[in-house]
Amino acid sequence: MSSRERILGRVQRALADVQQDDTPYEQAVPRDYLREHGDRSVEETVDLLAENLADYRAIVHRCTTADLAATLAGMLAARGVKTVLVPPGLDPAWLAAADAERVPDRAESTQHALDQVDSVVTGCAVAIAETGTIVLDGSPDQGRRRITLVPDHHICVVRVPDQVVSSVPQGLERLDPTRPLTWISGPSATSDIELDRVEGVHGPRTLEVVLVSGE
Amino acid sequence: MSGTFVGMPAFPKAAHEAVNNQTLRGNLRHATHTIRAKRAKAVTEVSDWAELREAGKRIKDHTLRHLDRYLVQLEESVTAAGGIVHWAADADEANRIVTELVKETGESEVVKVKSMATQEIGLNEALEEEGIRAYETDLAELIVQLGKDRPSHILVPAIHRNRGEIREIFAREMSEWGRPAPEGLTDTPAELAEAARLHLREKFLRAKVGVSGANFMIAETGTLVVVESEGNGRMCLTLPETLISVVGIEKILPTWRDLEVFLQTLPRSSTAERMNPYTSMWTGTTDEDGPQNFHLVLIDNGRTDTLADEVGRQALRCIRCSACLNVCPVYERAGGHAYGSVYPGPIGAILSPQLRGTASEIDASLPYASTLCGACYEVCPVAIDIPEVLVHLRERIVEGGPVTREGNKVVLQPAKGHAAERAAMRAARWAFSHPGALRTGQRFASRTRRLHPRSLPGPGKAWSETRDLPPVPKEPFRDWWQRTNGGKDGSK
Repeated sequence: MSSRERILGRVQRALADVQQDDTPYEQAVPRDYLREHGDRSVEETVDLLAENLADYRAIVHRCTTADLAATLAGMLAARGVKTVLVPPGLDPAWLAAADAERVPDRAESTQHALDQVDSVVTGCAVAIAETGTIVLDGSPDQGRRRITLVPDHHICVVRVPDQVVSSVPQGLERLDPTRPLTWISGPSATSDIELDRVEGVHGPRTLEVVLVSGE
Repeated sequence: MSGTFVGMPAFPKAAHEAVNNQTLRGNLRHATHTIRAKRAKAVTEVSDWAELREAGKRIKDHTLRHLDRYLVQLEESVTAAGGIVHWAADADEANRIVTELVKETGESEVVKVKSMATQEIGLNEALEEEGIRAYETDLAELIVQLGKDRPSHILVPAIHRNRGEIREIFAREMSEWGRPAPEGLTDTPAELAEAARLHLREKFLRAKVGVSGANFMIAETGTLVVVESEGNGRMCLTLPETLISVVGIEKILPTWRDLEVFLQTLPRSSTAERMNPYTSMWTGTTDEDGPQNFHLVLIDNGRTDTLADEVGRQALRCIRCSACLNVCPVYERAGGHAYGSVYPGPIGAILSPQLRGTASEIDASLPYASTLCGACYEVCPVAIDIPEVLVHLRERIVEGGPVTREGNKVVLQPAKGHAAERAAMRAARWAFSHPGALRTGQRFASRTRRLHPRSLPGPGKAWSETRDLPPVPKEPFRDWWQRTNGGKDGSK
């Protein structure tokens, strides 16, 4: 007997007391928890996102589409960034004003090569206001997972208000589980020393989020 | 379970030593009190906590009730997405499978995400025997590994260490494992975290094989979820060419939507955050992004035996948040090592004796490692009634009875150690069913009350050292009732 059959057999015997015509999944779980917490306008939801991102030590900037290139160029210059990783589908206009050398996201790049790059600029799939979370799904404007992990500085651009949802349930609805997903809530942190939170371990130690609005 | 815990003394003995360790007591008091207050605040932020808790409980219960169906569905989804599923009935088999998979890659080292399942099966030791070095990359696991120590907490395995001790371990041991600690390392947490970053960086960048567990597996989509803080998880899950995830069969959720409950309750219960810094979700493999070989090793290792117990099976709802450890007055004083298992605290006291059976001294003592105060049940985000299971397991140990071990039904003999307790109960049953004898005994006790000792002799001595024995009244109640006509005669 294979272990697969052995385990499945044990499960069935263990559940001998459970009736066969049990409640189906749809009725077994009460979904009377809230779809979102609180009643907010669209502007208030974006404000809450900014507030919660900042609460977990992300640096938040706000600008309009027209100012985005200048804003990003200024942020990169302020840190003295010389090289910046660029996902293949990033709007070229975003980095049009930046001086830093563009490093494309390529499959053949080694991990050590990525470790030499100063920063990375990406878009995102969705942002969740209540938890201060941005989610990446590997779309062309976000690139492979490793490019937002190895460099020490990540700039993430969020289009507001259309990429912002209030809550975790709303966020999950917008995401495609077949894509590789990375949920990011503030920069890398640890609570492992005396259960006290310290920012900056293995992931990017600086997370900057640009909330860019249409007008 | 893990070889490092074999031969542990029973809980009372181990705890007795731990409570006299002032450094340990101080470290634990500081850490648990910090997190308790933060958790309470994080939970009050969501007004529907009770509903989320109930939904989490029901999702897990439903899944466990149909576990065979969901396991098969998960296998299909993971396979369709490009992963390979392996099944391991026990720890040895799981270790053999993982060792073989690593050997097939030709590599002699792996990087590991913190995982309770691999701790439970003693994977690192098994790999070491085959000449494969496993590097723990979670900060607390690193502290434990470098310090040749044992984990003492589910979430923060090095909770028993303070910053000064961590500095000592880093300065002394890092050079043995790779990049040494920076010169002049101080004990500020930020500097210690930086030392870990530098030490592990080279290992992440060259790693070809990653080993992880998972917090959740979605049957419907084949998605695995790892919830973490430091980014070491992302490193291990995305940089290597091969990823091997070792996961207990009870970690399944039926649908993608179910995550909306647990991604709200888990971070708040464990690190008391609205959301943990990083959560990774992957479904099989993705072309040109992350590991191109993905293996999922599903382990039983006592879980189906636990599932067979109608009261005890609720322990399988556990999402390993560790909130119950942080509120437990016994854990706070005894520390995690006294529990002799990778699962310490209240959840460990019901999980370990079920996963491992109660044959060993330590496992038979664990259901007693509690005051039954119920704080653990109160904070549990999936509403596991830990006191109920503790009492159930105590009864099983004292009275014996049917249990399932390795899939077979066996009858447990009553434990020997409780002979005096059983004799006392038998005597009580006899006395209460023989009113004449009871009356004679009570009158005798009343008349000799002046001669009663203030503490018990023999085995009862320890119990009565810190307690006063209840005084025997000068007249038995029933005599008083008859004499005074139930008090109506007005006399005393």
